[in-house]
Amino acid sequence: MKVLMFGWEFPPHITGGLGTACFGLTKGLAKHGVEVVFVVPKSFGDEPQEGFKLINASDIELDFTQTLTREFREKISYMEVGSNLVPYLDPEEFERWYSEEVIENKPETHSVYTRKYQFSGKYGSNLMEEVSRYALVALSVAASVEYDVIHAHDWLTYAAGIAAKKISGKPLVVHVHATEFDRSGENVNKVVYEIERNGMEAADRVITVSNFTRQIVIERYGIPAEKVFTVHNAVEPVDKPDQDDVTKHVREKIVTFLGRVTYQKGPDYFVEAAHKVLQRDPNVRFVMAGSGDLLNRMIRRVAQLKMGTRFHFTGFLAGPEVDHMFAMSDVYVMPSVSEPFGISPLEAMRTNVPVVISKQSGVAEVLQHALKVDFWDIDALADAIYGILHYDGLRKMFAKYGKSEVDSLLWENAALKVLDIYYNATGHNK
Amino acid sequence: MRSVCLYFQVHQPFRLRTYRFFNIGQDHYYYDDYQNRHIIRRVAEKCYLPANRMMLQLINEFGKAFKISYSISGTALDQFEQYTPEVIDSFRMLAATGCVEFISETEYHSLACLGNEKEFIRQVEMHTQRIETLFSQKPQTFRNSELIYSDSIGETIGNMGFHTMLTEGAKHILGWKSPNYIYCNNLNPKLRVLLRNFRLSDDMSFRFSEQKWSEWPLTADKFVGWLNTMDPHEEVLNLFMDYETIGEHQQKETGIFDFFYHLPKAVFTNSNFSFATPEELYQRLQPMGAISVPYAISWADEERDLTAWKGNDLQAEALSKLYSLSDDISKCNDPVILRDWGYLQSSNHFYYMSTKWFSAGEIHKNFNPYGSPYDAFINYMNAISDFSIRVEECVNATGKLTDETTSAEKPKKVKKVVKSSPKKAATAKKSASVKKPASVKKAKK
Repeated sequence: MKVLMFGWEFPPHITGGLGTACFGLTKGLAKHGVEVVFVVPKSFGDEPQEGFKLINASDIELDFTQTLTREFREKISYMEVGSNLVPYLDPEEFERWYSEEVIENKPETHSVYTRKYQFSGKYGSNLMEEVSRYALVALSVAASVEYDVIHAHDWLTYAAGIAAKKISGKPLVVHVHATEFDRSGENVNKVVYEIERNGMEAADRVITVSNFTRQIVIERYGIPAEKVFTVHNAVEPVDKPDQDDVTKHVREKIVTFLGRVTYQKGPDYFVEAAHKVLQRDPNVRFVMAGSGDLLNRMIRRVAQLKMGTRFHFTGFLAGPEVDHMFAMSDVYVMPSVSEPFGISPLEAMRTNVPVVISKQSGVAEVLQHALKVDFWDIDALADAIYGILHYDGLRKMFAKYGKSEVDSLLWENAALKVLDIYYNATGHNK
Repeated sequence: MRSVCLYFQVHQPFRLRTYRFFNIGQDHYYYDDYQNRHIIRRVAEKCYLPANRMMLQLINEFGKAFKISYSISGTALDQFEQYTPEVIDSFRMLAATGCVEFISETEYHSLACLGNEKEFIRQVEMHTQRIETLFSQKPQTFRNSELIYSDSIGETIGNMGFHTMLTEGAKHILGWKSPNYIYCNNLNPKLRVLLRNFRLSDDMSFRFSEQKWSEWPLTADKFVGWLNTMDPHEEVLNLFMDYETIGEHQQKETGIFDFFYHLPKAVFTNSNFSFATPEELYQRLQPMGAISVPYAISWADEERDLTAWKGNDLQAEALSKLYSLSDDISKCNDPVILRDWGYLQSSNHFYYMSTKWFSAGEIHKNFNPYGSPYDAFINYMNAISDFSIRVEECVNATGKLTDETTSAEKPKKVKKVVKSSPKKAATAKKSASVKKPASVKKAKK
């Protein structure tokens, strides 16, 4: 089985969970002997390459002689949306991207017509243009390599997937890691929604990362239930060095929120819950790690509630800082309003940190040793936090079972389900 | 004469309301009145009332030949008194026939036998007295919560003067022995032990409506056919189950009422069995030998052990927190505190915290108000945290009183102290109607 896979990012250059998930899945598939050709817009050269080919879309020469290409370009090339609706983009990221773009901006905005287009590989305000160009590139790749099935991750690559399907006639599997409803609540971007729906409709099979997302795909996008399958995400087992060297410089217990400070992640519920806990027990510190468009509002609210000395903001954390933060935490909270999966609680549990997660998250479907609350239920959220901080039994139970539960979620197993779906879509026998 | 011993367990706990940590120290009412009332009324309508009517009809039909026995927990009785007093009336009508034995258990359907022997004995005595008052018969037979039994628990019960104790016919204690004989306690041979025949009992209570079961549908005639295949020397068949089997666990539509309605007639006409209560068996039969149960057993799960109630760290912490209050409680005489002390002991609270059925177990979802054992634990711990503060305050108040005043003046003084703070005033109101949490809540509003 050979797979042509379209992604948007790949470790180590990632802006969200998508890259990590793609990496895990390709590794898992490789263990089952599946060959994967992974196409990303811009590879930096330092991505790990084990068992699969990574193609840099920037290196692909475009061939416009095919009529299909022209047709496709006509359909898609004029769609534009504002940058604030772009997924995974936090203000800092945007700032960085923007300056980069301004400095590097060469007169090739309409470079669709040049033979090679340099993809930025980052989510930016010209994302729509990039999506379209990526689809064009897909055609060249699709014509030049051998494969049995096409697998496209998230809406950014759906257009590429459709294009590849049209040129090769091979079945298309689209993988829904998030929907527009998760990112924007009810105020969906119509253009993105249309791209998503087109992708799912054109696909032979749709994979969702949770039943929660599967339900959205069926109900909000009108996709027939029989072609939508749930494959829960997994995590890479890591042998982290003991975190004993991490010293906590405060005596109080630490409750952590780590993620983008955006509507989707429900940071405001965390702030309100913190207030409830602190009223009863002032010997707790709350940390909000991350940045996003709601950050300033959160800072104002914390000041308003007069808990500034107990509630801390760290800004965006990356790599070892994240591990460090987990090592210092006594409770990890993910109050997401709508979370297709949510991998961060698993990372917390792996370092033996008890977690409180919202029921509106895909990860709640696979975890038993976690406290689950409705994101809007601030009382329940506060109660769960207080419970972990004060009742030893919980800490003992989570320490005993949490890590092993996470370690049992292997990409190998997830990949096996994906492989079944490939066989199913291609009609091949195992 | 060989006997079928039919025994039904009637129990409802006081389920706790959602009790948040910020209620601790402020709100001392722990029960979910709405849910408790709703459940008790529903089960009364679907099970207790129609089943009692049927049993009464059967007793009248067969004269003195049809015998059954019940145990009704104190928490169930309290709720009947509050919400469905007609259920108590119908049990009294059954008691008046003389064909029904009422069995004693712990007043609060508690695990006190594992936590505190003194408390255990107190609760058994309480319940025995209550049953005697209600049904005009002094219980001679005892069943522990969840049929929990061990040699030493049996010894305690034997020493209290009971004739017989019921427990599970667990495979691992029986070995090659049959549950269909009468045994005696290993330490106190005066106490008879009746062992539940779990296969035939569960055919009724669990498998009855299971259409994938090879024996489905189960009819009274088929069941009597099985009785006739039993070894002719075997003396007694102990069928012990939740009374809620009739009409609640097994809905009316499954035909469970028809099954029980036709059972006595089928037994009388097609077999050499009759019906007997545990006390009749005590009078009539001799034990075959002692049964050794060094480690406690119960009627739960495949293992028939205690892990459903004290199998994980959550349950261990909750139980130890609860029973760590025992000493202080003995210094309290506030009736509301004593009531809560009892209600918080019901085994159900600990059962909800069990993590055993993460993988399997539909049975355990029955009546479980919590989404997860962790939620159950947090809620319980919040309530018990508040309760322990109240106990402490109560002990301190009592301590001061004994220092300051002579014992003769004590009762008056208690009232004064109680009224001195608004919190205590609420407590005082409550004590006016100890057994009626619902009305207390209204009064508070």
